[in-house]
Amino acid sequence: MSNPQIEIQLIAVVVAVACAIPGVFLVLRKMSLISDAISHSILPGLVLGFFITQDLNSPLLIILAAFTGIITVVLVEWIQKTGLVKEDTAIGLVFPALFSVGVILIAKNANDVHLDVDAVLLGELAFAPFDRLMVSGMDVGPKSLWMMGLILVITVTLLLLFFKELKISTFDVGLSSALGFSPAILHYGLMSISSVTVVGAFEAVGAILVVALMIAPAATSYLLTSNLKKMLVLSVLFGVFSAITGYWVAHWLDASIAGSISTMLGLVFLIVYLFAPSKGLIAVVYRQKQQQIEVSLLTFLLHLNNHTEENERHLNHLREHINWQKIKAKSVVDLAVRNNLIVINNQVVSLTEKGNDFTSIALDYIITNKDEKIEHLKDDFFLFRG
Amino acid sequence: MSITEYFNMLFTDYTLGTITLGTAVLGAICGMLGSFAVLRKQSLLGDAISHAALPGIAVAFLITGAKDSNILLLGALVSGLIGTFWIHGMTKKTHLKSDTALGLVLSLFFGFGMLLLTFIQKQPNANQAGLDKYLFGQAATLVQSDVILMIVVTALALIVMLLFWKEFKILLFDADYTKTLGFNTKFIDITITFFIVLAIVLGLQTVGVVLMSAMLLAPAAAARQWTNRLSVMVFLAAIFGAFSGVFGTAISASQNNLSTGPVIVLVASVFVLFSFVFSPSRGILFRQLRFRRNRRDLKLKKTLQFMFGIAETHENISHPHAIKILNNFQGFAKTSLRALEEKEWITLDKQSWALTKKGFEEAQTMFDKKDDNE
Repeated sequence: MSNPQIEIQLIAVVVAVACAIPGVFLVLRKMSLISDAISHSILPGLVLGFFITQDLNSPLLIILAAFTGIITVVLVEWIQKTGLVKEDTAIGLVFPALFSVGVILIAKNANDVHLDVDAVLLGELAFAPFDRLMVSGMDVGPKSLWMMGLILVITVTLLLLFFKELKISTFDVGLSSALGFSPAILHYGLMSISSVTVVGAFEAVGAILVVALMIAPAATSYLLTSNLKKMLVLSVLFGVFSAITGYWVAHWLDASIAGSISTMLGLVFLIVYLFAPSKGLIAVVYRQKQQQIEVSLLTFLLHLNNHTEENERHLNHLREHINWQKIKAKSVVDLAVRNNLIVINNQVVSLTEKGNDFTSIALDYIITNKDEKIEHLKDDFFLFRG
Repeated sequence: MSITEYFNMLFTDYTLGTITLGTAVLGAICGMLGSFAVLRKQSLLGDAISHAALPGIAVAFLITGAKDSNILLLGALVSGLIGTFWIHGMTKKTHLKSDTALGLVLSLFFGFGMLLLTFIQKQPNANQAGLDKYLFGQAATLVQSDVILMIVVTALALIVMLLFWKEFKILLFDADYTKTLGFNTKFIDITITFFIVLAIVLGLQTVGVVLMSAMLLAPAAAARQWTNRLSVMVFLAAIFGAFSGVFGTAISASQNNLSTGPVIVLVASVFVLFSFVFSPSRGILFRQLRFRRNRRDLKLKKTLQFMFGIAETHENISHPHAIKILNNFQGFAKTSLRALEEKEWITLDKQSWALTKKGFEEAQTMFDKKDDNE
């Protein structure tokens, strides 16, 4: 591994971590798409900043661009407040307009601006190590590493200082304002941090991949845990993992580093999405099937409970009456037999004592509709699940 | 370039004519289908799908090696549809919210598309130049066959929309009711979504991935302000969209270095802004005026009520009182007295006022009747 390679990976990791932290809060606050809006609409800010400073690396540029990001948020909120359109429409109206202004500004001044729309959207991590920071003639490392490092330090400090405020205002705005934490200050604080992070990161990875780095790790870890601290740690880990593996995939394919980092993020998310223990797709589909059968079982038992005549309890009749398909009927009856809820004599089904108890408690639940009654139901009767 | 010059060019210059027609048709179909997207609260779906279409374009190129725009668009359509259904599945089966699902599909698909695009660019045999026009769109590359394709798709969308008009409409406003009526909601839903994706994919070449969402949203959001009827809204949105296309193309043609996509989006944004401010029933301007009028009206009635309280204690309701005694009452002003006199609720006489019979009755029954303002 050569020196620039290590530096590129280091930058990628720092960017990933710096994006993952505000990303968690954006996802939890259902504002993921604000990051998309900000990442596009900072373009005019960047261009105007460049006209003023004539230097692509000036800190003023970043401040101006971040400020445009905050203006975007304010504009979106203002349009929402008029009630003329829905929230998401407001986002969709604001950022393309601002982005267009940026693109036109660049195109009209193409000769003066060494700013390329491609570069802004896509970024190029591979060139980042060539832009060195010199302190009194000494080469101390790539500029973007220092910049992102600084942003990361600020983000982490603010996170540690305001963790409980952020937490409470994310999950319960009402309570947090009752306790005296201004939700507005926290909201705009978070927006400012996101804005600054997006601006800092997008030189390296581009506007759209910033969105991937912000949302994907957070969404992935949200599928695995519902503990905020664990979610933060997991997001950071996912971000770092994807950054490093993404770099090597890009190296192997000789393709865009940012693109392959977000592809890695996508793969990690896909795996978790499918296989996450309780919230993944497979677990959810399986659980829904189970619940379906459990409800069917209950319907079946209640039906038996209602009818004492033998012909109503004949197996064939049941199939007709409840209108189930053969396979479903069989699995439900089997489940009931396995749980000793029913006995079958000569094709006639009758409830056992246990079945009777179960049905009466279930009926009780249906009448009162109190959740706590059904909680113990399954345990009390040692039901095998479907 | 003057306007007459422009019109001359429009009919003589083949390229400009094609592009203008293309953007107009595109604007119309986007506005039409965008209305449904906006009303279904899927405004940002367009943004996600347009980004999600990118890997499809790259894969289609990798497989066929051809730059035929129809094949590339087919690839875009497929990957756009995959993205849409994944968003749908994610919000339905997991606890991730729709904003996260949209953001994920948008950024991850786009990232993957970029990976493929850069991979293609490094291929030795690549005649790939021009693939990246889908990123920002180049209306200038529109040729007649593209425009014909757009017109065909628009006509198709129009026919389907007219055929299924009542189904689309009822699903839009009351999905549960639609289901109980026995309509196949899934099928209707998929049909609408399919056409929205189709419109987006068509627009990619012209306005590009990033700005496509605005093409879909802006005309519909503008049209929404002028009407509460779906049919009028769809029609207006199509008109706004078409005009954005025509004006945008004209403006960008009149200047150097002005790409068409962003200009069209800005024109559409101006339509939105204008509608937000000047729409008679919902617009900010008229709402503010109405608000002011109501406030003034309330003030007048408050004054009248106060006068009524004084006049009530006298035998003769029209007994004159000094204006001075109103001084302690907030809401009283010279202009409001004059306004009251105009309504013949009071009579003014230099330093004094007196309630008229009409004013007395008005005050007496004020709380019994509904607002006569509406």
